[in-house]
Amino acid sequence: MKLSRQKLLQSDGGVSVLVVLLGFLVGTILVALVGKNPLNMYKALLQALTGYNIDNGRMNVRYIGETLNYSVPFILCGLSMGFAKRVGLFNIGGEGQYIMGMTIAQMVALLGPQVQTLHWLLAILSAIVVGALWGVLVGVLKAKYEVSEVVSTIMLNYIALYLSRIISLRMPGATTFRTANYPETAMIGNEFFTRITNFSLLNNGIFMMILAVFTYWFIMEKTSLGYGMRATGFNKEAARASGIPVVKSISISMAISGAFAGLAGGIIALGSFRHGRILSGMDNYGFDGIAVALVGNCTALGTTLAGLLFGLLKNAQPLMQSKQIPKEITFIIQGLIVIFIALRSALKLYQQYKEKKALQKEVGVR
Amino acid sequence: MVSEYAIEMKNITKTFPGVIANDKVTLQVRRQEIHALLGENGAGKSTLMSILFGSYSADSGAIFLEGKEVEIKNPNVATALGIGMVHQHFKLVQNYTVTENIVLGMEPTKKRLLDLQSARKRVAQISKQYNLSVDPDALIEDITVGQQQRVEILKTLYRNANIIIFDEPTAVLTPQEIDELMIILKKLRSEGKTIVLITHKLKEIKEVSDRCTVLRRGAYIGTVDVKDVTENDLAEMMVGRAVKFEIEKPQQKAGAVMLSLKHLEVKDSSGLVRVKDLSLDVHEGEIVGIAGVDGNGQSELLGAITGLLALSHGSIMLEGKPIEHLSIRERIELGLGNIPEDRKKYGLVGEFSISENAALKNYYTDAYRKKFGILDFGKMQKDAGMLIEQFDIRSAEGAKTTAGSLSGGNQQKVIVAREISLSPKVLIVAQPTRGLDVGAIEYIRKRIIEERSKQRAILLVSFELDEIMNLCDRIATISKGSIVAVNKQNEVTEREIGMMMAGSKAEGKV
Repeated sequence: MKLSRQKLLQSDGGVSVLVVLLGFLVGTILVALVGKNPLNMYKALLQALTGYNIDNGRMNVRYIGETLNYSVPFILCGLSMGFAKRVGLFNIGGEGQYIMGMTIAQMVALLGPQVQTLHWLLAILSAIVVGALWGVLVGVLKAKYEVSEVVSTIMLNYIALYLSRIISLRMPGATTFRTANYPETAMIGNEFFTRITNFSLLNNGIFMMILAVFTYWFIMEKTSLGYGMRATGFNKEAARASGIPVVKSISISMAISGAFAGLAGGIIALGSFRHGRILSGMDNYGFDGIAVALVGNCTALGTTLAGLLFGLLKNAQPLMQSKQIPKEITFIIQGLIVIFIALRSALKLYQQYKEKKALQKEVGVR
Repeated sequence: MVSEYAIEMKNITKTFPGVIANDKVTLQVRRQEIHALLGENGAGKSTLMSILFGSYSADSGAIFLEGKEVEIKNPNVATALGIGMVHQHFKLVQNYTVTENIVLGMEPTKKRLLDLQSARKRVAQISKQYNLSVDPDALIEDITVGQQQRVEILKTLYRNANIIIFDEPTAVLTPQEIDELMIILKKLRSEGKTIVLITHKLKEIKEVSDRCTVLRRGAYIGTVDVKDVTENDLAEMMVGRAVKFEIEKPQQKAGAVMLSLKHLEVKDSSGLVRVKDLSLDVHEGEIVGIAGVDGNGQSELLGAITGLLALSHGSIMLEGKPIEHLSIRERIELGLGNIPEDRKKYGLVGEFSISENAALKNYYTDAYRKKFGILDFGKMQKDAGMLIEQFDIRSAEGAKTTAGSLSGGNQQKVIVAREISLSPKVLIVAQPTRGLDVGAIEYIRKRIIEERSKQRAILLVSFELDEIMNLCDRIATISKGSIVAVNKQNEVTEREIGMMMAGSKAEGKV
């Protein structure tokens, strides 16, 4: 029993599942404490997941589509965070890279050539490239001038937000909060999805997301580039001493990381809206991506599952409210999960501390 | 009845999760003797002494001091019972004086005010009594490592220790300082102290110890009178089989210059000049040793050669080609191999498997890289499997075992296997056997000699003079970042090198 428990605690995936369960458990208790029926919370989650409304026995597949659609930016921003993390970087700049991707996609959608397929493809590719540039900037600053990526990314987030406002306000038909509508050729909607999911916003972005997940896995686990990056992330000094170009690794990884977030921005811009937005605040997908990657242990599969969970929680919010459960409970659950994940790091630190103590004892230090 | 023994530890057993550190170990130390405790790394020496010093409590067994059973719950009890310990890594406050360090934790007071004067007098008196010649007013940062160790000895004497445990005391000392320590140990014995000496250096045991207890893998092997046994007997007891110390090194002629260092100057990260005007040649088929005390510029020198540190002046030629402006990878591709000093930091990626570590320097070459940059992990594993067999690397799950879970000796074998399999023209080797057990040391040294036979040029840095004398054809002694002299191995004695290490100039014979 003890051994199997230890094994579970040592496998990262096992801990993540435990942490999620723990988050829900505490969330359930909190709902009960404020005098609501926790069962309603689970009813809402079930409906968001399967579309089945247990109270009146009605089925609405739109919820499935929305859950999937919500999870797309979560997963992509999770990949963005995860990719940099695997190389040993803490990319808090997902939000800024996402905003830049979104902004350029809006711009291309409004001003680009109105040619079938080419139009939206150009917009998406621009989003990827600009996201990558926004990321590589951080990478170069870090690699060449040893600027902490945490500081530079936070600052670049704000630069991105206001730059986005400056650009978007100059777009055709711009008011204080939106631009003119996009031409049809810029949309990435999918009629088939719209039909089978009862008019959900699910669009072609999900294919791009799946492709991104595969790309992430492929680069990290299969290629020479990923090998060098993983080595750099685990032990930068050994990687450097072995001739792995660490500076290049860091720059490239930040570019790829930014590309994922930029893609998320592009998909949201073209898939979830019919017009450009002039942001008054951040969408927070980039920040949520940090939590998604941490819950998913920065692996392709784990991040996908964690992103789906976050998408589910987001989609369940209005359903919860209709069942008198405060929607904030989903934020609390997300927050708890992140705290428990952080506790795992603390647990590791504690274990290291204990090992160090034991070692000190062994050499007889008081 | 008065016991024959000052210390008697009977049937001590101590287990840690998954390991039996001490298995019914018995240690009997007579009054006023120097008793050596011998064993390889992980044999249980430190655990046994930690139990005696109260840092651990034994699972079973009993401890007797002067025939009386005692329970040593913590180090304070040990101190009160007259047991002192001189640690391998000193516990001294650098910017305090000797006296301040000695009284730390038990400061003498007069009318609630610190009274250092009386303490100072006592320190001076003890220092004189035992010929320690330590200045009670000197700052720790101003005195040598050997003197710092004597401060640690003073600390135990100040606390009235009758039994003093020395944990690998010679690991950090120069040969001269070791000689002095041996004299101090004898003096302590003649003044009535009982000494336990933890070590794996057989020469020291022969020199000062009266009796010796040998542990192997946590088990008690035996206690012998040192005068009745040879070093080889002790080694055999320690390892469990006959050990060859002198490695056969076939005579061979050195060839062309492969590595040429000219007027090197290297600064460390804080801008201090650590290597000054250093020139040295290494020929093919020879091993050149750099002898010196730790911290005299060795790490910086190797850093500059391998490319980890920038050169502020001078040139490095590999086979006649300047390499000082090349990247680390370019140097590796030209045939520069490196077995680094800090194997965990620079040598291995602990989270990677053996096979991934074995490919760390050539994963991107045609050997493993296929179309679209896809790596052939299958081939990596196959190749690593061969290295595992060739280099006798012991692992739980073969090539898939993570490097971090290997023992130190096997980690080193992975690095040595990788470097040798790349057939370097010049091999840089730093502290190749530090912290390894006798079996692994023997093996690694044999491999280095084999590389010499293959006409590789080898530059070896070691703080162990034995190792340098044993392996090298020529010995360059380094002190304060400069080469003091270069001598042929058979034309110089350990003593002479020791003198030069300490900084005294000598005539170099190249």
